[in-house]
Amino acid sequence: MVDQSNWDWETREKTVPMDPWKDKFNWVEEPYASPDGEHVAAVVNQDEEEFNVCVNGETWENPFEKIWYLRWAPDGRLTALVSDMAEWTVAVDGVPWENKFAYVWNTLFSPDGKNIAVAAQNDGMYCMVVNGKPWETTFQNMTYFAMSPDGSKTAAVVQVEDFGEGEIHKFQEGCFTVAVDGQAWENKFVNAWNMAFSADGTKLAAEMRHNLYDYSIAVDGRPWDKVFQCVWEPVFHPVTGSVIAPVRTGGKWTLAQDGEILWEGRFLQAWHQTFSADGETLAAIVSPRYGRWTVAVNGRPWSVTFSTLVSDLVISPDGSTIAALAKEDQTWKVVVNGAAWSNTFHMAWKPVISPNNRHVGVKVEKQGKYTVVINDRVWPQECEAAWDPVFSPDSEKVLLRTVENGQYLRRILPVTEITG
Amino acid sequence: MHDLYQFVSGPLAWVAFILFVGGSLYRMIAMLVEVKKKEPFIFTYMSLKYSLRSIVHWMTPFATYNWRRKPVLTVVTFAFHICLFVSPIFLLAHVTLWDESWDISWWTLPDGVADVMTLIVIAGCVFFLLRRLTQPEVQFVTFPSDYFILAIVAAPFVTGFLAYHQWFGYPMVMVLHVLAGEVMLVAIPFTRLSHMIYSPFTRAYMGSEFGVIRKSKDF
Amino acid sequence: MAEPAVTQDEKKEEEEQKVVDEGIEVGISRLTEARIEQVINQVLNTETGARLKTYVNTCIHCGLCSEACHYYMSHDKDPKWSPVGKVKQTLWEMIRKKGRVSPDFMRRAVEIAQTECNLCRRCLQFCPFGIDIAYLISMVRRICHKLGITPLYIQDTAHSHSVTMNQMWVKGDEWPDTLQWQEEEARGEFPTLRIPLEKEGADIMYSVIAPEPKFQAQLIYQAAAIMEVAGVDWTMPADMGWDNSDMAMFTGDNEIMGRVKRTHFELAARLRVKRIVMGECGHAFRSVYDTGNRWLGWSHPPIPIVHAIDFYWELLKDNRIPIKEKYPEPVTLHDPCNVIRGGGLMEKARYVAHALCETVVEMHPNREYNYCCCAGGGVINCGPPYKLKRVKSNRVKAEQLMDAKARGAKVIISPCHNCHSGLKDIKNYYDLHMDIKFFGDIIYQIMEKPE
Repeated sequence: MVDQSNWDWETREKTVPMDPWKDKFNWVEEPYASPDGEHVAAVVNQDEEEFNVCVNGETWENPFEKIWYLRWAPDGRLTALVSDMAEWTVAVDGVPWENKFAYVWNTLFSPDGKNIAVAAQNDGMYCMVVNGKPWETTFQNMTYFAMSPDGSKTAAVVQVEDFGEGEIHKFQEGCFTVAVDGQAWENKFVNAWNMAFSADGTKLAAEMRHNLYDYSIAVDGRPWDKVFQCVWEPVFHPVTGSVIAPVRTGGKWTLAQDGEILWEGRFLQAWHQTFSADGETLAAIVSPRYGRWTVAVNGRPWSVTFSTLVSDLVISPDGSTIAALAKEDQTWKVVVNGAAWSNTFHMAWKPVISPNNRHVGVKVEKQGKYTVVINDRVWPQECEAAWDPVFSPDSEKVLLRTVENGQYLRRILPVTEITG
Repeated sequence: MHDLYQFVSGPLAWVAFILFVGGSLYRMIAMLVEVKKKEPFIFTYMSLKYSLRSIVHWMTPFATYNWRRKPVLTVVTFAFHICLFVSPIFLLAHVTLWDESWDISWWTLPDGVADVMTLIVIAGCVFFLLRRLTQPEVQFVTFPSDYFILAIVAAPFVTGFLAYHQWFGYPMVMVLHVLAGEVMLVAIPFTRLSHMIYSPFTRAYMGSEFGVIRKSKDF
Repeated sequence: MAEPAVTQDEKKEEEEQKVVDEGIEVGISRLTEARIEQVINQVLNTETGARLKTYVNTCIHCGLCSEACHYYMSHDKDPKWSPVGKVKQTLWEMIRKKGRVSPDFMRRAVEIAQTECNLCRRCLQFCPFGIDIAYLISMVRRICHKLGITPLYIQDTAHSHSVTMNQMWVKGDEWPDTLQWQEEEARGEFPTLRIPLEKEGADIMYSVIAPEPKFQAQLIYQAAAIMEVAGVDWTMPADMGWDNSDMAMFTGDNEIMGRVKRTHFELAARLRVKRIVMGECGHAFRSVYDTGNRWLGWSHPPIPIVHAIDFYWELLKDNRIPIKEKYPEPVTLHDPCNVIRGGGLMEKARYVAHALCETVVEMHPNREYNYCCCAGGGVINCGPPYKLKRVKSNRVKAEQLMDAKARGAKVIISPCHNCHSGLKDIKNYYDLHMDIKFFGDIIYQIMEKPE
């Protein structure tokens, strides 16, 4: 994790005027605020096939023919996928990696921001590239990607056997597997999908299918003994290292641990299972009956259910605060520990839990105006854009990043100023 | 003969009505229980408005595209089904039986009208029989059981017609008539005549799916 | 009405060739009767319930569904092509024999279920009891999937879905690369045009089917041009899930269907869009609007799905697309089953057609009673081996089009990809000499563009 204690938690307001950008450039694309709120950046067009990135009014030294996927790394470095002369690479704070590729996409960051990875293609072969360094092995196709929590390892679902168009039976013999740092597992599967690294990065689990019908979870290349009608993405227990995944059995869903059924309950759906950092609390988004959605905590669903969607489940490290978004028709709600907030929204973003586990902050939108809500109290400022709130390490203050009247603002407010 | 008549119109009638009512209820409840157990999503889409929209359209002659496309069949089908229900329920002779046994009675059809209606049912059966024999698309999906079912439906009306006119040995025909009626009642829940029980449900479901989700007509 | 002409000599001489489909044959060669029995009973006993039973018990074998079917009508009313006839040759027999059917029986069953029924649901409207024959045929497909005897081409497509979440093996880089290429092309005409990739919080996410980036990139160009002119706040995803199509739905691979749809909806949720607008595709609409979402437990799409017809209707009604001049050629409008019978967009389609075109000639029957294109339901996706059967099985469509042509129509508007391809084959086979266009083609052609 990034140390946020050295961020400026004192200055109440800093501004970056953005309106002048519009005059300076042909067009300005959507802005991105840095994690610490000190900078705001956007891809800008300077001329035909000449793009740049404007950060707090200053452009990078060199323009590129194409720029997309502008994203801040958690440590405050600014990355983008850039192209010159039909070659692509990653530019970090304006400096492109030395290695160039036919294409790069899907930037991944480690939580501390130290490691940056992308998927890359050269001469029709695929690999991951970490901090500019490609895997030694390349593959003819690569689909899903993952990075270990410390960023030291990357993994991808890769194709390891050739099959031609229409060679369905060859395909069904198993042509895919998972490669970690370019090293493919020995076992081949018909399919492999989402992967998860263990907390220490030593183990990797992936959804897989033995044939068209039997699904399971493979851990470090070895599938569970049991097969299921379907599975969803696995997670590792943060402490014990066992693997938990939603499995479909008898036409219903539940959670399994290392191949054995973990939860007694059966659901119409169960996914996005998430552990608290201490491993004591396991929650998942479930559908207890057709067309109704909620969160189940350690197997027990909340009594409140929602009709349309439940998403963005987050759990505080100690498991005491569990938050999610819920949607009923076109209305978004925030649900914390089984109770929906009274305010509703036209859109909401993933809830943020304060370090002391007591506050929940959410970026929301209503009538095209953005603001932030903390503990069901709406900050009255209506903004043209906003980013997720960030709580100070002592949970006393909140960093708010917004665009108002064409001006970017970085605000530090006491949490009580919003919650009252 | 009298004892036989007493038997078929007494204990056997009880059995027939119990099997008919009980069987129909059983089939209906069993279906709903299984839906609840295995396909509960169906209830999510049910809508009274669109169920009725569908049922009413299909129960009205020429109110659906297919009824309009098949005028002869439509007339026969409606005439057949209306007469099939109305004539036995409102036949004076039947109501008299209810009156004698249970002291309840209701409006009855003039005998002449009931007689014509009976003929319509029989003619309908003949029409359906000919259709099964001559129309390739019907013949292709016809099984012996389809003729059997048709016979089950025709029998009470043919025997009833004969009994009313007392053309053949009356007491025997009367016994056969009662028996045929009972067979038909019992057959309703246990053969494809069960479309009488199921069709409101299948129609309601399809009507709801088309109304609620597909926003178009199922008729 | 004139008989459609089949002029070229080779067409006259053609004979029904025995189709050899490796997907089916290899699968059949691996079957045992015990396996067939086990799979059929597993599917019938555990995956179906009262619905299937009730449908089977309620059907009185009246044959009234027959004339709904274009296969039946195009084959001189041969009953083996009627909807109930197809159920009789497949599901009834499986039920009657309690699954004890032969591999040869299954060969015929898969051929019927996958290549002789488009699941267009016209017969549902003809059945007095509302029996869902398309559902019954789908269950036959499910059984065939579980037996591993699905036709090769569509099975390959289902495999593509399983690997890439799109139907044409489009790789992770090819998709954003294609969008950027189309963006660059379009900037020749609209200098500031963007195809905004991965723009979180946009109003809509625009989704397409994989044939667009693969073969018909101009459709993405056109869509981008329309968005630009109409000033829409939109985005396109760079990540998997951009493809809304779904052949797994049509092979009975429900698990892959669910996976593909989950990816699609969660992608839209991640991008925080209010709605998903999709291109002019019908089966994809069925999958995201009605079928795929249900398998996942979403009774309704968690993010609203707006079909292109609906979206164009909205833009035109609000005068957001300035039109230079209406399209002059007389057009006729083909109502695709999945968005009309399956989505109720018949009047909106007409509003759009009339707003864009000088003359709209109705074909008969129309709206929810329109005849199927014979390409949908995965039939065209079973590939070239079945093409001849497919066009011959829709003579009735050719007659319908010829009638519209006799009344002046020169162009067919078909707001569905499968219909588009299917009608093209029909028009070529029967020498109809009509153009086929999407609404998007016409809008792009007649809208005002920057000088």
